[in-house]
Amino acid sequence: MFKGRDIVSIKELSKEEMDIIFEVAREMIPIAKGERKNNLLEGKILATLFFEPSTRTRLSFESAMNRLGGSVIGFSNPSATSISKGETLADTVRVMDSYSDVIVIRHPYEGSARLAAEFAKNPVINAGDGAGQHPTQTLLDLFTIHQEFGEIEGLNVALIGDLKYGRTVHSLAYALSYLGANIYLVSPELLRMPSHIIRELKEKPMETDKIEDVIEDVDVLYVTRIQKERFPDPTEYKKVAGSYRITPELLKKAKDRAIVMHPLPRVDEIESDVDYTKHARYFQQAFNGVPVRMALLALVLGVV
Amino acid sequence: MEEQTLKVQKIKNGIVIDHIPCGMALKVLKILNINGDIGSTVSLVMHVKSRMGCKDVVKIEDRFLEEREIDKIALIAPTATVNVIENYKVVNKHKVELPDEIVGIVRCMNPRCITNQREPVVPEFKVVSKNPVIIKCKYCEREMGVEDIIENIL
Repeated sequence: MFKGRDIVSIKELSKEEMDIIFEVAREMIPIAKGERKNNLLEGKILATLFFEPSTRTRLSFESAMNRLGGSVIGFSNPSATSISKGETLADTVRVMDSYSDVIVIRHPYEGSARLAAEFAKNPVINAGDGAGQHPTQTLLDLFTIHQEFGEIEGLNVALIGDLKYGRTVHSLAYALSYLGANIYLVSPELLRMPSHIIRELKEKPMETDKIEDVIEDVDVLYVTRIQKERFPDPTEYKKVAGSYRITPELLKKAKDRAIVMHPLPRVDEIESDVDYTKHARYFQQAFNGVPVRMALLALVLGVV
Repeated sequence: MEEQTLKVQKIKNGIVIDHIPCGMALKVLKILNINGDIGSTVSLVMHVKSRMGCKDVVKIEDRFLEEREIDKIALIAPTATVNVIENYKVVNKHKVELPDEIVGIVRCMNPRCITNQREPVVPEFKVVSKNPVIIKCKYCEREMGVEDIIENIL
């Protein structure tokens, strides 16, 4: 089902396929933690083509490959490669494809991962293409929720913060809706989710600009960063950013089992005291990037 | 209806594009790249009353259409028919048909789409809806409506 497959967009994965990824990811956890050794991908080479800076995504892919006994080649600074000489992406991909067994790509232009997948014979995994898709982030977010609650259907999930520019929340909203969760959108007026994203959701989500409206009802608070540069007026930014901050006091009103997630890096949208509450899951979520990416690598390379 | 159509003379040789959705005739001319410096006669009737309500008709003398051009018409006027006229007679009549995939006749409107960079690929779209026409870029997934299509025809 997965061998040789490209992972370009979350929309191409069915619920059954996501369940398989989660099941394999669960088995990978002890290996991801270094508690168990495994050489499933021994002799395999992953090429990481990072045309844009990234720490978490790139390093968790590298960790995933290394934990499974494989090796990694690649670049994270295209100015030092032949791309700066004007090579097309199609050519770079064809060459790197011939050096490796699987490619992970991050690129500033939308649709670049699809193009890479067309030119590569081996599987291509999209690690973010401009404002487009970032399916492995969505999978690790879903995996974190799945781990916590077992089922995603019927859960109440609030997406909070910058819902306009954040690509993470766009694919996550799509996937949550596809899996049957109830979505609550919490954002300042200026940063509301674009209508073309809402149009693709199965049910119309509830929209509000106040966390207080949803805090008592939700199982998951998915918080994103509100960037200063989105606001023409810095005082307006201060006012808005302050009203979307997650604090231990706010969480007193939340359900006992509610969890707080964040794709990281956070700045001050979640107070550091929240780290010590039973609700915090963002570091767990960041760790989950490793087993989920291990699962994807093992599946597309056909070893599990 | 016959009376209405006769507002424009019959042509000897050329094409008659009939059943164009009301108000779209000028856009049909635009995507066919027909402007003031064409050598032959072009006649155009807009808002002709018909059984279906209202339509536009375009007649172009001494001009024939390539398949690619017919596909372009289908994109913005999916109800149109193209009649080929030879010696005042209709020798060929066909309905344009909007295919499920559009390859190489429209560019993606998203300036940050990889197909708008210097890459060896032809823009490709899936037809998401035929009425109204909405197409989606196979690469960046951006959706485009009729107005966007007209602006980005190749």
